[in-house]
Amino acid sequence: MKTMASITKSPWIIHYDGSSCNGCDIEVLACLTPMYDVERFGIINTGNPKHADIFLVTGSVNEQNIPVVKQIYNQMPNPKVVVAIGICATSGGIFRDCYNIIGGIDKVIPVDVYVPGCAARPEAIIDGVVKGLGVLAEKQAALAKGIADPTVSGAYRYENGTYDGDGTFLPEEEGDTVIAAAEPQSTDDENGLRVKPAMTEEQEVDD
Amino acid sequence: MDTVLFTFYGYELHVSYLVGAVLYVVLAPFAGGLIAGIDRKVTARMQGRVGPPILQPFYDVAKLFGKEKITVNNAQDFYVMCTLIFMVISGVFFFSGSNLLMMIFTLTAASIFLVLAGYSSNSPYAQIGAERELLQMMAYEPMVLLSAVGFYMACGSFNVGDIVMSDAFSFKYLIGMFIGYLFIITIKLRKSPFDLSMSHHAHQELVKGLTTEFSGRTLGILEISHWYENVFLLGFIFLFFARGSLPYTILGVAVVIVCYFVEILIDNGYARMKWQFTIKSAWIVTLIFGGGNLFVLYYLQPILAR
Ligand code: SF4
Repeated sequence: MKTMASITKSPWIIHYDGSSCNGCDIEVLACLTPMYDVERFGIINTGNPKHADIFLVTGSVNEQNIPVVKQIYNQMPNPKVVVAIGICATSGGIFRDCYNIIGGIDKVIPVDVYVPGCAARPEAIIDGVVKGLGVLAEKQAALAKGIADPTVSGAYRYENGTYDGDGTFLPEEEGDTVIAAAEPQSTDDENGLRVKPAMTEEQEVDD
Repeated sequence: MDTVLFTFYGYELHVSYLVGAVLYVVLAPFAGGLIAGIDRKVTARMQGRVGPPILQPFYDVAKLFGKEKITVNNAQDFYVMCTLIFMVISGVFFFSGSNLLMMIFTLTAASIFLVLAGYSSNSPYAQIGAERELLQMMAYEPMVLLSAVGFYMACGSFNVGDIVMSDAFSFKYLIGMFIGYLFIITIKLRKSPFDLSMSHHAHQELVKGLTTEFSGRTLGILEISHWYENVFLLGFIFLFFARGSLPYTILGVAVVIVCYFVEILIDNGYARMKWQFTIKSAWIVTLIFGGGNLFVLYYLQPILAR
């Protein structure tokens, strides 16, 4: 129980800039300034996925940064939480229709908290991270039972097909079943933040 | 009241020394963690922030111990464990009043194991960190050794116990050594401008340096060994003022507090320097203050005393 409490008191974050316009990044960094001072909550901005508990992603995923996002995610030790910052990271935002944009971060890795906004305000970001702490505590408890977040593979989904990670694109065909788990099952809370419930035992993935 | 348990080549194991060693092993992590917490709080205040709670370092380590175990190889964990063990041993040597030189050599062994841990991971960032750690060791090691020699010159013994109880007020004879030691302790405490090997502020340059590949438990153990280390590094400052009487003890503690505050101030006032600067400046300071002091003690004092 002690460690379960401690993880929420010492969330170290790693921040990655996908294809953001830098608006959200500035806001993330603003959280570290004396004005907002997230170190009050024990939050440290590490540059190292192996030390991080919370993955803050700004901007959407594009062709080039998919391996980077996955690499960072896979290198983080469990329990870990992903917070998508800004509407770009949530769904692609205003860049959604760009030729190179694939969509929100949840196209490639499981996202736990969505913080919408363009740009997301520092208050909202801090709120999102604090929401993430709840998920982190749940995941810590789940980890004790042997349930961990999956290692994400090379494959990822497009709107109209699947890329198998080895350079082959498989277009979606008539009659294909879309895996239900790929849809974010989210609930809106009173602040408008979408919070995905923590993994259940049915979703357990062997690694 | 202070019985001697046994004598070994001039070293007398007093009961009080034994108590000192046990107290160190048990209490140093708490003291070290608290110092780290106060350090972060004071740092935050200097930057106009509220800062984390004083107990934050303990939360951090508790969390690290609860994380999933990921390690690049088992040798790395072994080396980090050795770092902790040798760090505790050097502290025990110090607080049980035994030989200063022994303490310095075990301390070096602890640092060497840390460097090995960095090298063993094969990660480029950890390797750069390990190289820089070696350079840092080269920078501070001469001064640490010189101050041990200085204590011998001033008090006639390498034994911490004898130095503490000696009639000589070491600081009077070792002002140069004291300044030199203060300079290199900045490197040892991993403060700017000398936080080359594992800085929290060097993401773009070396991710997290030496500790890049450590995670969870391993990182927690390393953190605890830092706490042990910091306690006896500060104890070493105290040694300059110890004279076995209460007023001098109070003076010593006061100086330790002031020195640590100054270290935090320096940490916040400087950017990270290049390693070349670290080595050059540390050696120059060692030569001028350490060497000069030794020269005075060795040549001038006998003449003056005549
Ligand atoms: S959400 Fe807005 S501010 Fe943030 S990265 Fe996207 S476009 Fe920029």
